This record gives sequence, structure tokens and C-alpha cells, in this order.
Amino acid sequence: MDEKVRMEIKNMNFYYGTKQALCDINIQVYRNRVTAIIGPSGCGKSTLIRLLNRMNDLIPHARIEGEVLLDGHNIYGPDEDVVDVRRKIGMVFQKPNPFPKSIFENVAYGLRVNGIKDRQYIRRKVEKSIKDAALWGEVKDRLNDSALALSGGQQQRLCIARALAVEPEVLLMDEPASALDPTSTSKIEELIQELKKRYTIIIVTHNMQQAARISDYTAFLMLGQMVEYDLTPKIFTNPAKKVTEDYITGRFG
Amino acid sequence: MNKDITQKLGFICLSLCALITVFFLGTLIYFIVVRGAGAISWQFLTDVPRKFMTQGGVAPAIVGTFYLTLGSIMIALPLGLACAVYLCEYSPKSVVVNIIRISINNLAGVPSVVFGLFGMAVFVKFLGFGVSILSGCLTLAIMVLPSIISASQESLMAVPQSYREASLALGATQWYTIKKIVVPSALPGILTGVILSVGRVAGETAPILFTAGTFYMRGYPKSIFSEVMALPYHIYALMTEGAHPVAQTKIAYGCALILLILVLTVSTLAIFIRQKQRSMS
Amino acid sequence: MKIKNVTKFKENIYRGIFTILAFASLFFLLGITVILFKEGLPIFQKVSVFDFLFGRYWYPTHADAEFGILPIMLGSLWVTIGALGVCVPLGVGSALYIHELAGYTQKSVLKPLIEILAAIPSIVYGFFGMVIVAPFIQRTFHLSVGLNAFTGSLMLGIMATPTVCSIAEDALSFVPKSFREASYALGANRWQTLINVIMPAAGSGISTAIILGMSRAIGETMTVLMVCGGAAVIPHSFFQPVRPMTATIAAEMGEAVMGGAHYHALFAIGLILFLFTLVFNIIAEIISRRFRVKLGLGR
Repeated sequence: MDEKVRMEIKNMNFYYGTKQALCDINIQVYRNRVTAIIGPSGCGKSTLIRLLNRMNDLIPHARIEGEVLLDGHNIYGPDEDVVDVRRKIGMVFQKPNPFPKSIFENVAYGLRVNGIKDRQYIRRKVEKSIKDAALWGEVKDRLNDSALALSGGQQQRLCIARALAVEPEVLLMDEPASALDPTSTSKIEELIQELKKRYTIIIVTHNMQQAARISDYTAFLMLGQMVEYDLTPKIFTNPAKKVTEDYITGRFG
Repeated sequence: MNKDITQKLGFICLSLCALITVFFLGTLIYFIVVRGAGAISWQFLTDVPRKFMTQGGVAPAIVGTFYLTLGSIMIALPLGLACAVYLCEYSPKSVVVNIIRISINNLAGVPSVVFGLFGMAVFVKFLGFGVSILSGCLTLAIMVLPSIISASQESLMAVPQSYREASLALGATQWYTIKKIVVPSALPGILTGVILSVGRVAGETAPILFTAGTFYMRGYPKSIFSEVMALPYHIYALMTEGAHPVAQTKIAYGCALILLILVLTVSTLAIFIRQKQRSMS
Repeated sequence: MKIKNVTKFKENIYRGIFTILAFASLFFLLGITVILFKEGLPIFQKVSVFDFLFGRYWYPTHADAEFGILPIMLGSLWVTIGALGVCVPLGVGSALYIHELAGYTQKSVLKPLIEILAAIPSIVYGFFGMVIVAPFIQRTFHLSVGLNAFTGSLMLGIMATPTVCSIAEDALSFVPKSFREASYALGANRWQTLINVIMPAAGSGISTAIILGMSRAIGETMTVLMVCGGAAVIPHSFFQPVRPMTATIAAEMGEAVMGGAHYHALFAIGLILFLFTLVFNIIAEIISRRFRVKLGLGR
């Protein structure tokens, strides 16, 4: 297959204080593909995904070694502006976290952050993003209602719309469906399939069926180490390592 | 059987306690409202004191209380909010910040008269502002500063971390996040704190005794360097100075009622805002 | 690249402004301590610490001035103890009533009401004590003056009751429901559960409430200034006039010559007052922290 590398994690180590949380991680993320990160809880998968848009900058006493390249640029480079990095690499969190503002203002926020003042443009962009997030039909008549009045699944799609509005190059999703009911989950999964045509997506999930359904590549993490990284069908049918097989067949969990 | 009697007696005691409390406080409010209402008239609210505080009104005291309250909140709010924002958002979590937090909480419990001493030594004497509105406002501002800082801090800390993360993840700068997300979300709590402080400042006497207050003025203060009358101080003056106790007591009732209404309205408002916010979340 | 630098520069400016304002606030607040020491300590060049604290005579304006604050401290102690006698039973009792016996409607009226009452300015209590309570006490007990330590204690106690009640009620409501259920399941009735299970569980929270009430009583100025009578002599009974520390400062500062011995002595009283309340607050803080840990509420 002819795949283009979009992001690359190179020899990454990460420490909380003196405790090492991630150990020599290497992953290549391909353009317009969904890359899943799976592994038992506490394996460092959430830590890993948060490193990819420097959310770990918020944690005191954390230290990182190695590089994360976005189109060949190290996002941890000395000249790199963290705000700029986060704009290019969007993130959707585990728990839906809309702001206590209206539905419209939630999506418009990211645009305003970037200094866009043109109302016409904002209006069009908000509509398009909400449509892209497959939420438009449900909210188009109440854009000025509080976002907190939406259901959990709708809130999460709103958060996706919010992330899409700023046109990120990569979209990170940290267990985006773990707090949702099955119907909402399948809606989000369909949405991811749709979105990958235009975005590069990295998703953390503890649900292996979900990883198998939606991803093209899968990385398996355990105890802060990357055990295996390959095409999803290969990981799930013919893994190279015994540990991976044990995990995906549910021999431990 | 025995058990039930104990319970009955115990509950009677508790009811009695509650009843006595309500009775005492009820009596206080009753006397001040009933006797104060007789003193209040249009002239009382708008006229200056006449004939050695035995006739006329208390308008300068009302105006003075207004100036002192407004001035001190205008000083304390930006300082206190900035301090809280710094401690919650900008400074790294550390032992030092914790110590600062504890000392601020402790300063909230320092007696108001001690703040008065401080204000006199620093603003009146050292900085040479004299006994003036300015000195009084600064002293009162410093007195309520700890409460405003703690109230703001609590509200800022109650803002979910996920809001901050969501905003930063969209490429917002830290300042933009604070301005557009964190502070607006914390606003009801901050407002409650500020309103309670307004009530406290308006009713305080001790800090202005030797920094701003004067017994008696025929007119209104001319600049921020003038001495000023204030409602609480005026009550004190009416009860302890002068030669016409009966007439003065009547005026004092009027002042006490105005003060009571002011403070009760303000704190009811604060509690209302908080209740509304709680029912929303 | 250039735009990025501008943003970064602006961010740093804002950060700088906040840092400066924060440290300005801290500077003022810590300044209080410094000023109290600076203006208070010089008195000890004139009298020894021992004579100051335990001297029996307070004649600051005499030609041959004496600066013994024992009567003043005892005055504070007297009214504070008296106030506790009023506000502890009333405050804690009312809190238990609100927690255990009041129905939903009563509760939703009483809780905010108590909080609002805590906001009534002290001058109003002082005024009320002077015009209504003092004459009443004078008549009832056939005294020569109604303005004495007893009236002062009563007024301070009533004043501190809402504070004590409100904090104690909070502490009671933090006690997990499961404690109560466990006790009921063992056959205890409501009273036994309240006294043997819920009160002890909320014990340190209630202690915090009492200490904070005490701290409020000892630091209160206008009420004691107006109703305690103001005699700076060592009190022998509750029905004698006293002059607590706060009242001394408030009453005499207006007349003290700036920079004179009297002035420094009053600051020294302020310093002692400051240290007292600081100790109370620290104790309250420690106890309440333990309380949270005990109930597993975290910090």
C-alpha cells in the first residue's frame, strides 16, 4: 500500500516526576487513516494521546524525551508554539465537555479564538461543522439553547463539531464513546468513518471490537511499552506477539 | 419506653434552642423595624443633620456609606480577582501557593479593628492621606480582600478542568481561556462573594473609626480627601455623643433600619444568586 | 513566526500583570503583620513584656502612665466565655434542630434566614443591646448599670449564634447517610442516632464552628464598645462593666498621640488580638482538615 506518513512518534519516553509512564514509543500515523491505540487500563494510552497535542504541558513535574513529528516538524521543537500545535491537532475528550454556552457559541468558540470576526463566515462554518458532525438535524432549530441541555451523545458530537470548526490537520479522540450509550456510540463510529476521508484520526479505546470495526492501524500498548503496531486486520487475526493475542482474545484484561 | 422519653425530651430541648434563637433575632428585627419606621421620612433620607443631630436627616451618612462601599469594592475586586486568578491559573501548584492560600484564609478572620489600626498607621499617617474617604476605602478594601480572594478562588477551582482542556485543545491561549471560559463560568460564585462583601463593608464601623469617619457634617464631602459620615458610625455617634439622648435615639433607630434593610437586601440577593446557580448545575 | 511572537509576548504581559496584582494584594495583607509589630513593639522599651501582659492597672493617660493590660485581657476573656455560653447551646442546638427535626419547608426558610442574620452589622447588635437589652437587664436584676459584661456576653453570643449554627449545620449535613442507616438498622431511635452517631461524626466540624464563633466574639468591636460599660478594671462578677481589648483600641485610639507610648500600647494590644485570632483560625483549620479526612472527603 502507498501510505503517506502524517505524524510520527519517535523514541518517546515520558515521565511523571521520577516514574516512567511511557517507554520508547515509535508509531507512524498515516494520512486519512484511523489509527487506534488499545491496551489494558493504566497502560498509558491516554497519556500517549495527550502528548500528541501537548496537553501534558498542563501537568507539573512531567518530562518528555524523543520527538513527535507533524509533517516532519517536531511539535516539541524549541521554536514551536504550543497554541499553534493545538490548533493544528484537534482533540475530543473522553467525557463530553461542552462549555456552558449556547450550541452555536460552543462551535464558534474555536473560530473566535483564532481571531475570526466575520459573522457570515462564522455562521457558515458553524453550520458546516455541525453538519459534518452529523448533528445538524437534531439541533438546527435550537442553536441558541444551552449545550448542557443536549444528551450525552449529542454533546459528544457537538464537541467533535467544535474540534472540526478550526480545521485541524489531525483529530485526536480519547475514548470518545466510553461514556455513551450503544446508539450514540454507533453514531460516533459512523461519523469517524465519514471523517477519515478528510482527516487523519488517532483514537484511544478500551473497546477492542470498536478498534477492529473502525480503525485501519492498531497500536497495542502495555505497561507503558508498545507491544505491537500493525494493520488492524493483522493485529486482530494474526498478531506477531503472544501477549497481543492473549489480550485481544480476552485472556486477561 | 425509657428510650422514647429521652428522645422526646431531647427533641424538646433542640426545638427550644431553635425557638430562642429565632425569638432573639426576631425581637431585634421587630424593634428596629417598628421604631425605625417612625423615624424615616422623606426629609430624613434627603436632609442634612440639624440642631446638633437632633433634627433633620442623615443624607450625608447615606452618601458617605455609598462612597466608602463603592470605593472599597472598586479597589478590592480587581486586586482580589487578579490574586485569585494568579493563584488558581498561573502559579504552579506548590507548597508556597498552599501557604499563601492558608494565610489568606487566616487573614479573613482578623478582627476589623486591627485592619483599622493598619489603615491608620499606613494610609492616614505614613502615606499622609489623613482621615479621609480615600484612607477609609483603602482600609475597608484590604479588610474584604481576603474574603474576595477566597470566594473567587473557590469559584475558580470549581470550574471543571475539562473546560480549560477543551479550550486549550482548540488552540486558545491561556489568557483567552481565562477571559472567555474560566472567569465567566466562575462569575456567579465570584459575584456572591462580592455582594456579601458589599454588605460587610457597608455595615462595618471599627475600621473607619480612625481612618475616615467624622461625627458630624453639615454638608457633603467635597473630595476623596474629605472626612465623611457613614451610617454605622453615625449610629455610634448618636448613642455616645451629644446632649439630647431621646431625640438622638430616635434618629439612631432610623439609621439602624436603613442599614438593616440595606444589608439584608444585599445578602438575600447573594443567597438568591447562589441558589439559582446551584439549581442550574 | 512574527505573529506567534506577538501572541507569546501578549500572553507574558497578561501573566505579568496578574503576578504584579497578586503580589500587591499579598504585600498589603502581609503588611498588616509587619505594621502591627513595627508600631506595637516600641511599647516594650517602656514597660517589660511581663508588666504589660500581667500589669493590673491601665492608666495610659496619667502623668505617671501605667500600661498593664491584664484587666483588658480579662475583660475580653470574660465576655468571650460568656458569649460561648450563649452561642454554643443555641447555635449547635439550632443546627441539630434544622438538621434533624425541621421539615423541608422549615429547612428551606431557616437555612438562608440564619445566613442572612449572620450578615447583620455589629453596630446594629450594639445599638439594640444598648437601647433594649441593657435597660431590661438592669430592671430584671436590679443593677445600677445595665451596660456590663453580662449584657455584652449576651449580645455577642446572639451575634455569633448564626455563624456557629450555619457552620455546624454544614458539618452535620456532610455526615454520610449510611451512618444513620446503620444505626437505625441496629435498633437505635432517632435521638440515640443523633447523639451517639451523627454528632460525634460531625464533632470536629462542630468544634470548628465553635472556634470560629469564638474568634468572631473576641474580635468583635462595636457591640462590646457600646454595651460592656467600658471600665478597665479587673472584673469580679459578670454584672460588672468591662473593657475588652477591641473596645479599648476603638475608644482610645482617637485620643492617643501619634507615636506616643499610648499609641504603641494600643498597637501592641492589636498585635495580641491578631495573634489570638490567628491561633484560633489555625486550630480551626487543622480540625476541619482532620474532619474531612475522617469522613473521606479529601482535602
